[in-house]
Amino acid sequence: MTDTLGKLFGYLGGTARDLAPILLIVGFFQLVVLKQPIDNIGQFALGFLFVLLGLTVFIRGLDMALFPLGEALANALALRGSLPLLVLFAFSLGFGTTVAEPALIAVGAEAATVMSEAGVIGQSEAEMNFMATALRYTVAASVGASLVLGVFRILMGWPIQWLIIGGYIMVVALTPIAPREIIGIAYDSGGVTTSTITVPLVTALGVGLASVIKGRNPMIDGFGLIAFASLMPIIFVLVFGLVVAT
Amino acid sequence: MITILTDLLWTFLSVVRDVLPIAAVLLLFQLVILRKPIPHPKKVALGMFYVLLGLALFLSGLELALFPLGREMAAQLTDPAFLGIEPGGVVQWLDYYWVYIFAFAIGFTTTIAEPSLIAVALKAQEASGGAVKANGLRIAVAFGVAISLAVGTFRIVTGTPLYQYMIVGYVIVVIQTLMAPRMIIPLAYDSGGVTTSTVTVPLVAALGLGLASTVPGRSPLLDGFGLIALASLFPMITVMGYAQISNWLSRRKADKDSQGENHEV
Repeated sequence: MTDTLGKLFGYLGGTARDLAPILLIVGFFQLVVLKQPIDNIGQFALGFLFVLLGLTVFIRGLDMALFPLGEALANALALRGSLPLLVLFAFSLGFGTTVAEPALIAVGAEAATVMSEAGVIGQSEAEMNFMATALRYTVAASVGASLVLGVFRILMGWPIQWLIIGGYIMVVALTPIAPREIIGIAYDSGGVTTSTITVPLVTALGVGLASVIKGRNPMIDGFGLIAFASLMPIIFVLVFGLVVAT
Repeated sequence: MITILTDLLWTFLSVVRDVLPIAAVLLLFQLVILRKPIPHPKKVALGMFYVLLGLALFLSGLELALFPLGREMAAQLTDPAFLGIEPGGVVQWLDYYWVYIFAFAIGFTTTIAEPSLIAVALKAQEASGGAVKANGLRIAVAFGVAISLAVGTFRIVTGTPLYQYMIVGYVIVVIQTLMAPRMIIPLAYDSGGVTTSTVTVPLVAALGLGLASTVPGRSPLLDGFGLIALASLFPMITVMGYAQISNWLSRRKADKDSQGENHEV
């Protein structure tokens, strides 16, 4: 019992060290630069305690659940050796984790409003709802597609830089011709797709696959799935804007 | 106290709702399609509960402590009265120096505490057999975010177009890709995507919005989103830079060691 307690304090100490800089910066700016007291210091302290406990518990959970789950699936799928199954899994993981993402639902609704104000689509409720839903599914499909592409890359051992640089060239080429109103939303959509639970799972999946498959290196081939998942939605949403506008 | 507890409960429930589709996909594949039992099911279930509880506590804590204060500080720091700018006077970019310093400091410190980045850094340390240090990677990414926020706030104040910064950044990324050690490149690309999640985005959005609405001639709608775009670009540069520097240092050390040995012989 004392052993577990000791461990717990060890973990808490590590997290406290990670969080201390935030406290220092906030304190310095509030007290020295802005010369203001911290209102509600009790609430602030309680909130910070929550952050400390939450981060510590989350990191324990990573090691116990998310990493092993991602690795176990990568192993089982690689052993099966069925490409369609692997592709189906990658797509459903990307699509399933994104389609219900609250940040994405908010972005979709905002995009519909902006585009209807700009006259790209009509003003009616039905049209705006259709627009918001269509955008949501577009982004979810793009994350699914990016994991499929990423898994494919791991299997084939393609170097990542050509794919990513090619993607950026597409973004640069699409930006001037896409409707102006959608550009900000497109660039934002890359950031909303990678949630705190998806990132560890997807990373474990990639590294797991690259470790199991012969001739692949976990560092060179295992990482990169997140990069695809942040880039592909930008391209999809820009193309979506082009299609809607015409 | 009771409202705090109900808030915590709501946050927990919304985290659970976010996880349900992921859990459905995982269970479907593991149990129905692959027909493999989950190894150590009790430990995994407990770990999953830790993940949910940890995230719920973390998010409620941010909402209680950091976000209200951060938003207020962003508003105060961008207030012309605090900056000593006369109403209607000409704005110099240097008048905003506290904003740049704040952006840098808050970008660095919140990135160190970003849960997604911790996960990727731990995995990278494991996959590289310790060649990439988890803390070194986190510090490199944090520097990237810090620089991007300082540059991004400068951009909002001066009103220069975002694409110029992005293009310069991409050119640096391409050049570094050709020169950096091969094994760091995928990880560097990934680190652009993990920085913009739980902690940094809400604070950064407040800062960008406050700045864009107080600097004369800026529109919050047009200038608000640039900070996030830059924050996903610069970490790629600093992570590749980190690998280049540590590679160079270890090579220099190896050279010195071999010279030392020769000397002894």
